Amino acid sequence: MKIGVFVCHCGSNIAGTVDVVKVAEEARKLPDVAFASDTMYACSEPGQDGIINAIKDLDLDGVVVASCTPRMHEPTFRKTLERAGLNRYMFEMANIREHVSWVGKDKEANTKKALDLVAMAVAKLTQGKALISKKFDINKRVLVIGGGVAGIQAALDCADGGLDVILVEKTTSIGGKMSKLDKTFPTVDCSSCILGPKMVDVAQHPNITLYAASEVEKIDGYVGNYQVAITKKATYVDWDACTGCGLCMEKCPSKKSTDYFNEEVGTTTAINILFPQAIPKKASIDADFCIKLIKDKCGICAKVCPTNAIQYDQQDEIVTEPVGAIIVATGYDLFDYTKYGEYGGGRYPDVITSMQYERLLSASGPTGGHVKRPSDGKEPKTIVFIQCVGSRDKSIGRPYCSGFCCMYTAKQAILTKDHMPDSQSYVFYMDIRAPGKLYDEFIRRAMEEYGTQYVRGRVSMLYPKNGSLVVRGADTLLGKQVEIEADLVVLAVGAESAVGASKLAEKLRISYDNYGFYMESHPKLRPVETNTAGVFLAGSCQGPKDIPQSVGQGSAAAAKVLVLFSKDQLESDPQVSVVDIKRCVGCGKCIETCPFGAIEEIDFRGMTKSNVIETICQGCGICTSTCPQGAIQLQNFTDNQILAEVNVLCQQTLEKSFE
Amino acid sequence: MSSSLSYAYYPGCSGQGTSIEYEQSSQAVCKALGITLQEIPDWSCCGSTPAHTVDHTLSAALSARNLGQAEGMIVNGVITPCPSCLTNLKTASHRMKDETFRAKTNALLEKPVNNTLPIMSVLQVIYEQVGPEKLKEKVVRPLTGMKLAPYYGCIMNRPPDVMDFDDCENPIAMDRLMEALGIEITPFPLKVECCGASYGVARKDIVMHLSGKLLDAAEDCGAEAMVTACPLCQMNLDLRQGQINSANKTNHAMPIFYYTQLIGMALGLDEADLGMKKLCVDPGKAFRKMEARKAEALEESVVRRSGN
Repeated sequence: MKIGVFVCHCGSNIAGTVDVVKVAEEARKLPDVAFASDTMYACSEPGQDGIINAIKDLDLDGVVVASCTPRMHEPTFRKTLERAGLNRYMFEMANIREHVSWVGKDKEANTKKALDLVAMAVAKLTQGKALISKKFDINKRVLVIGGGVAGIQAALDCADGGLDVILVEKTTSIGGKMSKLDKTFPTVDCSSCILGPKMVDVAQHPNITLYAASEVEKIDGYVGNYQVAITKKATYVDWDACTGCGLCMEKCPSKKSTDYFNEEVGTTTAINILFPQAIPKKASIDADFCIKLIKDKCGICAKVCPTNAIQYDQQDEIVTEPVGAIIVATGYDLFDYTKYGEYGGGRYPDVITSMQYERLLSASGPTGGHVKRPSDGKEPKTIVFIQCVGSRDKSIGRPYCSGFCCMYTAKQAILTKDHMPDSQSYVFYMDIRAPGKLYDEFIRRAMEEYGTQYVRGRVSMLYPKNGSLVVRGADTLLGKQVEIEADLVVLAVGAESAVGASKLAEKLRISYDNYGFYMESHPKLRPVETNTAGVFLAGSCQGPKDIPQSVGQGSAAAAKVLVLFSKDQLESDPQVSVVDIKRCVGCGKCIETCPFGAIEEIDFRGMTKSNVIETICQGCGICTSTCPQGAIQLQNFTDNQILAEVNVLCQQTLEKSFE
Repeated sequence: MSSSLSYAYYPGCSGQGTSIEYEQSSQAVCKALGITLQEIPDWSCCGSTPAHTVDHTLSAALSARNLGQAEGMIVNGVITPCPSCLTNLKTASHRMKDETFRAKTNALLEKPVNNTLPIMSVLQVIYEQVGPEKLKEKVVRPLTGMKLAPYYGCIMNRPPDVMDFDDCENPIAMDRLMEALGIEITPFPLKVECCGASYGVARKDIVMHLSGKLLDAAEDCGAEAMVTACPLCQMNLDLRQGQINSANKTNHAMPIFYYTQLIGMALGLDEADLGMKKLCVDPGKAFRKMEARKAEALEESVVRRSGN
């Protein structure tokens, strides 16, 4: 076998702490190595050309590149091999950057370790063989999870691109957080006026099937062929019959139901339509408050409904949808500020969240757009905004910046002055973060045209006094303590991952960070992909984002799905388990241990044998270590390949111990 | 019970003088609740405020000496009524978790300290080991009708990772104990504000301003007396109340109790053992208002019953 070894400098990333010339020199002495050299950037065009030329000139059978993590460039180099006419699996990568040069400073030790890794890769490759991908048909339907603005954008773009879209929304209407906002920064245009038409487009698009009040229960299958079980939660109303007339809401006597849409500013009726522009505009019953469902009395909504849509005995229903790709757009939730004792921990009614304030400002909100403070319904004159509540604070486990709070606080300060010209707003801030188009100008407007007083410092405590709230904080620019008597305090609560985000991630088999935000495939270059093929991300489920960013990601994810679906067939990864039918004794242990249900029992000339369903196998290798016969082998990670690596590593140690 | 609730007791210097009534009432209440206090032999000053402003190691050594004295005793931990002593003892112990710091501190001491005993306030022991429920069972003279503002002071619960007791912004231990006695707790918002502490000597104006604010807030929320757990807080609010009134042009006549005094009253202990006479602002006023309200409530219930 003739193997070529290429040791990458990666500029000074590797060459700074590894003697790459020596690694190449030593590699040349390894068995089966026909060629070895060092190269400045193996991934660059001249670097790849060098590999191709060596393959052609020396008639190489396989290539080892010693460079960075395979997560980024393994696909790059496999393509390089294909261009030179080799099978893409006759390639091994030794990670001498993340595993060597970046973690150690001792050049001699690093060089030794790099050589070990190269020797292992070469040994593994000598036992490797060409693998051929198979092609399979794909289902060109897409599932979008979450009907906020990111999910709406993704669904519309996919649908306009000709795909069938299944849009699943947890609540009874799409619209997400944006539908609760009064205005949007930095243009101060009406949120529902710009979102509403998009929501209507979703309802009317012939390619979109909308499941509201529904959640993803289970996901089986693989890229191109997923089976998704969706639970349609009982709304106790037949949505096919409901016309959204709202008569039931008018007559419902249970008027103290939790008003989730209005962030619990005020109450709603047990049967309700989430908000006037809801899509779908259908009524649903909150079982926690419905007198009929709790005490079996009342039943007024059933009597008044002109279309007999009320169904008190409705049950949850599960539907299964086959799809080929999934866009996750499950958004975020707001930080629970009651963790902060210094802001009253939820004890003071006139300390509210920014989202509650948004509902007070909204013309379709519980106060009709008149700002009335919760305690006594009076119009506040002095309003204090506190920023970074649940952001940039290690002490409560939220060290990250939520990104959009500076901007929405400025917007709310501007709106406050618009609503109440004789009011005065104060903003306590740490730093102003406004790095967007027209963003900083917007902050300046809040300060200069609207007279908002910005105080740089944190608030240490607030307490009630004579019907108002004394807000005490530091003014770090003046170096003194300030106290402001406020009629209303608005907390700019930060973003955190959506409730249940981790559970959904496990169903999707995607990873999430310490805070529950989903991990993208690459933070810069693959921002909407995940490491699970066919699953894409859009919006705040990946990290806090404002509207333009969320919409941008919605479109980006849709584009990725359209690219994926531009072919009729996909190639399967041949790095899956294969059963050696002669060795298999049909014990079935592999079937029990496979976490993906990828192994089935077959009858082979009257004998029981195992068989791997290639498209379901994820290549984890659990079956190979379970099989007592060594009959099942993970391709490209066979026992022989791994033993070859171990051998070459242990031989060196042995030699040393005899010295 | 006595063996499980046995503690090495650190009275602190102010307990020997300005806050002798806190010291007496703490001892009396602990005895009544079955908490055995063994005074640490030959204890010395914890260093108070001056020591740690000058030198952390020296300050730690002053406190640690007392911990060392307690280490030979058969006890569950070291307890003290005074939050200032508590802070010094706990801070010393906290810092000595660092080996280098411990070595430096031990070098100053005759007897090296192992730093193994837990350190708590008397309040924490009463709240956690006895608890409001059990305390309620022992009440013979309920203080129903009394309206109190509970004032914890700024250091009883802070910094939270060192003090490790109750909520550092909204503590409730004393609230619950007082409620167990039948007392009505007013929603006092300045529970953990600073009273001005030892600035009473150097910058009296600061104490007039800060303690004045506490008295104003207590009155605003309808309290007829305040209850504290700190000798310095109590002194600023009680002894200096006249000065505060003349500086701020106010008319407060707010009795300032130690929580142990009120527990003692409710448990039916002798007033002389609780040092009620040591208080500057006449506490009688609070009890008279309490009795009046009790009588009123009784009358109302009689009227209601005869009405039926």
